[in-house]
Amino acid sequence: MAETNGTTNGAVLDIPQTYVGTRTVRPDGVDKVTGRARFAADFNLPGQLVGRVLRSPHPHARIISIDTSKAQALPGVKAVITRDDFADQASELIPAGEMMMNYRDVVRNVMAREKVLYEGHAVAAVAATSVAVAKKALKLIDVKYEVLPHVIDVVEAMNPSAPVLHPDLFTAGVEPKPDKASNVAKRIEIAIGDIEAGFGKADVIVEREFNTAPVHQGYIEPHAALATVSEDGTAEVWVTTQGHFIVRAHCARLLGMDISKIRVTASEIGGGFGGKTVVYLEPLAVALSRKAKRPVKMVMSREEVFKASGPTSGANIRVKLGASKDGKFVAGYAELRYQAGAFPGSPVQPGVFCAFAPYDMENVKVVGYDVVSNRPKVAAYRAPGAPISEFAVESVVDEIAKKLDIDPVELRLQNAAREGTKAAYGPKFGPIGLTETLHAVEKTNHYTTPLQPWQGRGVASGFWFNIGGETCASLTVNEDGTVSLVAGTPDIGGLRASLAAVAADELGVPYEKVRPIIGDTGSIGFNFLTGGSRSCFSGAMAIVEAAKEIKADLCRRAAKLWDCKPEDVEFSHGAVRAKGAAAGKHTPMTVADCAKVAGKTGGPIGGTGRINAQGAGPSFGTHLVDVEVDPETGRVTILRYTVAQDAGRAIHPSYVEGQFQGGAVQGIGWALNEEYIYGKDGKLQNAGFLDYRMPVASDLPMIDAILVEVPNPRHPYGVRGVGETPIVPPMAAIANAIEQATGVRFTELPMSPPKVLKALRERGLNTREALRSGNGKNGHGKNGH
Amino acid sequence: MAKHHVAATVNGDEVEFLCETEETLLDVLRDTLHLTGSKEGCSSGDCGACSVTLDGRLVCSCLVLGCEVDGRKIDTIEGMAKGETLHPLQQKFLEQAALQCGICTPGFLVAAKSLLERNPNPSETEIRFWLAGNLCRCTGYDKIIKAVMETAGDMRRA
Repeated sequence: MAETNGTTNGAVLDIPQTYVGTRTVRPDGVDKVTGRARFAADFNLPGQLVGRVLRSPHPHARIISIDTSKAQALPGVKAVITRDDFADQASELIPAGEMMMNYRDVVRNVMAREKVLYEGHAVAAVAATSVAVAKKALKLIDVKYEVLPHVIDVVEAMNPSAPVLHPDLFTAGVEPKPDKASNVAKRIEIAIGDIEAGFGKADVIVEREFNTAPVHQGYIEPHAALATVSEDGTAEVWVTTQGHFIVRAHCARLLGMDISKIRVTASEIGGGFGGKTVVYLEPLAVALSRKAKRPVKMVMSREEVFKASGPTSGANIRVKLGASKDGKFVAGYAELRYQAGAFPGSPVQPGVFCAFAPYDMENVKVVGYDVVSNRPKVAAYRAPGAPISEFAVESVVDEIAKKLDIDPVELRLQNAAREGTKAAYGPKFGPIGLTETLHAVEKTNHYTTPLQPWQGRGVASGFWFNIGGETCASLTVNEDGTVSLVAGTPDIGGLRASLAAVAADELGVPYEKVRPIIGDTGSIGFNFLTGGSRSCFSGAMAIVEAAKEIKADLCRRAAKLWDCKPEDVEFSHGAVRAKGAAAGKHTPMTVADCAKVAGKTGGPIGGTGRINAQGAGPSFGTHLVDVEVDPETGRVTILRYTVAQDAGRAIHPSYVEGQFQGGAVQGIGWALNEEYIYGKDGKLQNAGFLDYRMPVASDLPMIDAILVEVPNPRHPYGVRGVGETPIVPPMAAIANAIEQATGVRFTELPMSPPKVLKALRERGLNTREALRSGNGKNGHGKNGH
Repeated sequence: MAKHHVAATVNGDEVEFLCETEETLLDVLRDTLHLTGSKEGCSSGDCGACSVTLDGRLVCSCLVLGCEVDGRKIDTIEGMAKGETLHPLQQKFLEQAALQCGICTPGFLVAAKSLLERNPNPSETEIRFWLAGNLCRCTGYDKIIKAVMETAGDMRRA
């Protein structure tokens, strides 16, 4: 079971915390265990049509012509759309949370224009009266292609002789500006200190090249959208998304509509992990409905999800780390080449920023390249970019520990970033919990349990920034004293439970009396999407603001009722109370008492928090894993796993643990099995759950979660985002454990059975003799390190 | 070709429907009978989100044709609670936070109920292998497995 190293319970705020920090039952829970909860594909409207997408069979081709006349003539077909239904967009970089976007590329990704750039790229879409008619119509669309040479691999795509995807793409960030188009969209660099001098002081240097495969977010709910556009041009959309306000903005922009005329409702969302922060089907469904004047429902197949929605980057990385003989890191250098997919915009920048972020180092230089190739455009995936660069760095850190014969946790403690450390990417850290997570891991009995032959133990740390951003949430006190809570960021794993707990504690009402919903875009002000580990962090801040407004209003009302000065009234411990000159003269009024007399004191009671949340606190984590390698099959089994992470403050400990556990297991999949496999023909060969092997229950042990709480001083409850950091450490922790079990350093992900077996064979480690003698690579030292 | 006429029992109710040959039981449940608690995650039998029982046997409803269920008994997530009383597994999933996004939850509950009906005292390993046909991407399975183990214990003691 999880243990808590809590340090802050009740210490942050001067209000009684009855529900914050407890394991309440989520308000949306019953609907989710009874099948009643409505996910996107569960919405239907009378007269709705079926929308389907025609997708490119080629990884790279010029579109010569698209003839839709036969499809349009087919009975039952009500609308057909192509590139001609979307106005072109000018090139303009727009911040999109943790990533950047460009509408010139967005319009081309939702519907190909000049060229198709990956297998599965949308070319046309139809709306028809049935699935059968829609499928038949797609076959009747005649697309003439001029097939072009393609490039899949990131290193090959950087080669000057590689096929160029975009004739107008010139590498940004290099001087002089290139005069020849290439697949390298940009070069970025961060540097502090003097790395040459730093490496000059090193007693030991490890330099390695790493490769990681693209992996998919793997949400179980495919993308789906239902849109209806009426004759007056107003639209309603029901969709699975991490940000319905973002869907609204994209649809308005791509279809030339007023934002006010589009109302988007976020359905329950069946997983996103970053992959549902962009649009695919939504603008198509709206465009089809606008043309057909009937509701149009579109649902992706799993194959479409794999081929046409964002995985994260695969990458090629070089890392060089130098340390003095007593274990101080003196210089670090890394070069990152990230696949962006068909359009610029890989998460290479956060990858660059995060690479050495866990360490206090004077001399760091990191260079990153954003590289396009004929793959689906990448989308954010949980701490986008960080797991890749930190996998490489944390692997090299382990090698340094081996070379210097220093315990890997001790080595990390010696170099760990602390409050006041200046990160290579710019800021000086405030209070952070990296050393606390390392100490927490060190104290577990997991860390000291002896290992057997072919078993190994690995450790790795991880960092993610977390973000705040634009947030709006409201509280309404109803006539009976119950509270309606409206938030505007989709609840992807316990948000409503967390916000309801905050509202209940702020207003002193029972948790069960607070009913939270995720409002549609017409019912609450703008909210940036659920991403960047921001929804609980920012949402709780907005709820505190909304509650403040209510409490101030109730004090004003009570002052009137009691005929006393406003300064003689305060809201404390769940009630309006008289104080000062009026102290003891009036019976305190709870929120419910105030609700009863609302009509007489000024009408409806409510408050709204409208903020651009600042002060997100970085979250650090450390993972500890035991593996066993089967020398005959190359299969790696996870025997034991412990996550320790700084949550700042866990509003709902169960859902924080859930983030730790789920992120760790996604990382286990990334480490051991998951990858996009392409043939020479540039086509994806494993676009299904059978061949794209995500972890299942029988692959795993329990995932022990240790909540470390170093409060974020810039949040009213001390909250840090927790969702993303947990996917950062697993790949290196597992590679480090496999190295200990076998003596082989794996530098390529995934470390799947064929690769492990090949490496063991090449080194003669799984010959009959070696197996008989029970390979003793591990087991030295008290804890196997 | 004419549609098939099918009469079956779903969650104890007698139902009749017409379906095309290629329509799956999942299509019929969701689109014709409007029982959308069973989810479509892959339509290839790999994710288990559409798990139902057919004459008491756990199946992926995306791998069964609608026209195959004539005269047979189907139980879905919608039939798991009895009136206002949740099944002990449903209650435990809520208490233990054994769900995050919830899309896989109906499939896990149907599959876990099916396991406990066969084996009231499963080991952790038996639970993990029985549920290996159900994908969850959010939880890392930890709280799901614990919820099933605890429910099994509670039901044995009840």
